[in-house]
Amino acid sequence: MADAAVHHADHGHHTSTGLSNNKLGMWLFLGSECLLFGGLISTYMIYRGRVGEGPRPGNVFDIPFTSVSSFVLLMSSLTMVLAVAAAQKRDDRGTTLWLTVTGLLGATFVGGQVYEFTAMYNEGLGYTTSLFGSAFYTLTGFHGVHVTVGVIMLLSLVAIIKRSKVPGDKAEVVELVGLYWHFVDVVWIIIFTLVYLIPT
Amino acid sequence: MTTTAEHTEHGTHDDHAEHGMSIMGYVKVALILAALTALEVATYFVDFGPFFMPVLLVLMCVKFFIVVSYFMHLKFDNKIFSFMFYSGLFLAVGVYAAFLATFKFFTA
Repeated sequence: MADAAVHHADHGHHTSTGLSNNKLGMWLFLGSECLLFGGLISTYMIYRGRVGEGPRPGNVFDIPFTSVSSFVLLMSSLTMVLAVAAAQKRDDRGTTLWLTVTGLLGATFVGGQVYEFTAMYNEGLGYTTSLFGSAFYTLTGFHGVHVTVGVIMLLSLVAIIKRSKVPGDKAEVVELVGLYWHFVDVVWIIIFTLVYLIPT
Repeated sequence: MTTTAEHTEHGTHDDHAEHGMSIMGYVKVALILAALTALEVATYFVDFGPFFMPVLLVLMCVKFFIVVSYFMHLKFDNKIFSFMFYSGLFLAVGVYAAFLATFKFFTA
């Protein structure tokens, strides 16, 4: 009975909606992020043809390499959802395993982006070379920062779970980080198509 | 008493826990997403003619909604969450479509 009461306190959402305010806040945040990335993507779409004296998009994009990076990020969404499923089953070992794998896949994606940026810079596309360069680096850089923040959140969560110091509902905390991670993935789905696959 | 406690526990759990998808279900969704990504990449190497752009845009939207619906659980979750997210999404699409139209992006 006491256990049930404690369990209820962990899971109960004594709010006017009966839903978790944390989760509601996260969805609201993700909705607002659509506006942020919408602005960046639109700006890129307008400026992608303004290459000036610099290289054109088709000359600097490495589609096979970026395709592999996209696949890695897509598969990290699978491992993230497996971490959430494990957390809901109160399987700490499975949760930390899948969170770690997700973090590593995210780090691989960021590493690929750093490599891509370096290669582009060496081919003559700097941040101020052209409006295309500025818009491209700003858009993909913002996304990369989001992925990096996600990796930090994932690995921090692993450390916190290992120390059993997650406050409140552990499954919900993992789910909230998962929502952020999946959002980063869906933004990349759009960027990959509009920026890389559709030519100028 | 115990029944009430169990019922309460089960009821609160429904908010965020079991969303009706098994591990195999998630793997199948991931395989579908991988196949769609492969098809997207194929458009770069194979000439799809006039279908190139529509195919890419449809694939992008399908992948987007699959991830949001199944991996982010919006399909199974409370509709308020869907409202929160899609409000922002459709507001962004509307605002920036108008923004792009102002710059004659669609007619250029």
